[in-house]
Amino acid sequence: QSTLVIAEHDNKNVALITLNAITAAKKLGGDVSCLVAGSNCANVVNELSKAAGVNKILIADSEALVGFLPECLAPVVLAIHNQFKFTHIVAGASAQSKSLLPRVAAKLDVSPISDIIEVKAPDTFVRSIYAGNALMTLKSKDPVKVITVRGTNFEAASLEGGNTSSEDVAVTDLPVGLSAFIGQELSKSDRPELTAAKTVISGGRGMKSGENFQLLYTLADKLSAAVGASRAAVDAGFVPNDMQVGQTGKIVAPELYIAVGISGAIQHLAGMKDSKTIVAINKDPEAPIFQVADFGLVADLFKAVPEMIEKL
Amino acid sequence: MSLKVLVGCKRVIDYAVKIRVRPDKLGVVTDGIKHSMNPFDEIAIEEAVRLKEKNIVKEVIAVSCGPTQAQETIRTALAMGADRGIHVEVPAKEMEKLEPLHVSKILAKLAEKEQAELVIVGKQAIDDDTNATAQMTAGILNWPQATFASKIEKKDDFLEVIREIDGGLETIKVKLPAVVSADLRLNEPRYATLPNIMKAKKKKIEKMKPADLGVDTTPHFEVIEVTDPPAREAGIKVEDVDTLLLKLKEVGRI
Repeated sequence: QSTLVIAEHDNKNVALITLNAITAAKKLGGDVSCLVAGSNCANVVNELSKAAGVNKILIADSEALVGFLPECLAPVVLAIHNQFKFTHIVAGASAQSKSLLPRVAAKLDVSPISDIIEVKAPDTFVRSIYAGNALMTLKSKDPVKVITVRGTNFEAASLEGGNTSSEDVAVTDLPVGLSAFIGQELSKSDRPELTAAKTVISGGRGMKSGENFQLLYTLADKLSAAVGASRAAVDAGFVPNDMQVGQTGKIVAPELYIAVGISGAIQHLAGMKDSKTIVAINKDPEAPIFQVADFGLVADLFKAVPEMIEKL
Repeated sequence: MSLKVLVGCKRVIDYAVKIRVRPDKLGVVTDGIKHSMNPFDEIAIEEAVRLKEKNIVKEVIAVSCGPTQAQETIRTALAMGADRGIHVEVPAKEMEKLEPLHVSKILAKLAEKEQAELVIVGKQAIDDDTNATAQMTAGILNWPQATFASKIEKKDDFLEVIREIDGGLETIKVKLPAVVSADLRLNEPRYATLPNIMKAKKKKIEKMKPADLGVDTTPHFEVIEVTDPPAREAGIKVEDVDTLLLKLKEVGRI
């Protein structure tokens, strides 16, 4: 039994969710290898070589892998798999890996297992369905299990203490001209990233406008928090979609989650209900968000939030 | 080039319905429950119809795999502007065990059979939340994929697509034929008007079975158990901001 973890990175640093995936991989048992595929990604290899519990790092470094296009990455993964015959191929459930792994699975004629939250046995996993309103335990009968891992349900593996050797793998026979990377526009923010923040403050339809989110940014800066939003706030055009917390957005599980002007639709709860402490501020005492909140404050957010900013 | 487009539309439990786990703990209660088209697939249909309105697309074919009632979902797509439908019949009992891999194989076969140059599906279905059908269909066909699309523009023989990624947006181009998965902000689906609902009744729905397309639907998974998620204990209501901050300090969160 052996597992290949597909490392996600920006050619400089390894993504946090890969460290969660490594922990899940270790729970499967057997050897853990990591694939670092990219262009000029030596620093990523360097970082990962210190990860405890990784047996081998495989490097696929090529200009052709700029932009991490799945049309090029999938053949690389398949070639490596053909050589080493892994029993499991694992990655974090990020936008990038969610694009790649099902494509790999289809090529292997196996059913991918998306977004697992628990490893019960090497072939048995728990995943949430219906936006977290039910949990399904399933057993895969496939010879190779292709799995994405929900980052918030597995501790991050430590990047200390390891001393893993690496080897280059050949990058050949990539398709030409199928797809091309043009560019990225990442939201710039001095605040922590949503899925990595210890504190998250989210606003909902109750914020009434995009401008009013400034209140939450000010509060966030006091608490070193990230700012998110409910789908209702995104749909209303207050904030961009990459701030969306929920079933169709990001899944977060910070130590402290503060929901401001959010009613608590099922689809939002699915994205935040594993947070350790939940605070809800809403003027409607019947709002469903209060059913999951540890501390609920029935108040006008436009009074309560400025008061919090002042007193912190 | 005027494209032929295949759009996948799945019949799922309506997003507003409260999900209940079945007493046998092998699934959720579906009998007598309101079903609708998967919301992301509505966005996929809408996009295909808009491309047709811009004369980029010549025909929109709506495909649904499922029991007889899946035809209602196809009718909704036809009322939104799809030209014809294909119903791949899968009885309700088997539908529970139909995996995205099987659906991808069906879509890939149909894309070949219909000589479609574009397949659009929603990025995920709100029942199994898998998010894989587009990627697998593209893989099987050896076509490029543009997942989580929030904007599509046709330029010569490729599509320029803006995608939603973690932390922002990404622009890629994919050569046609290609597979696209629709994200939330691609468009706002229209409501079908009564005249269009009437017109949709006259549109053709072809029926077939997965076996007719040579697709084996043997499950790769065995469902061990479906359970309710652990309930979160309700907390307390606090009087004012001062009490809230005090409580948060007590538990060491601020």
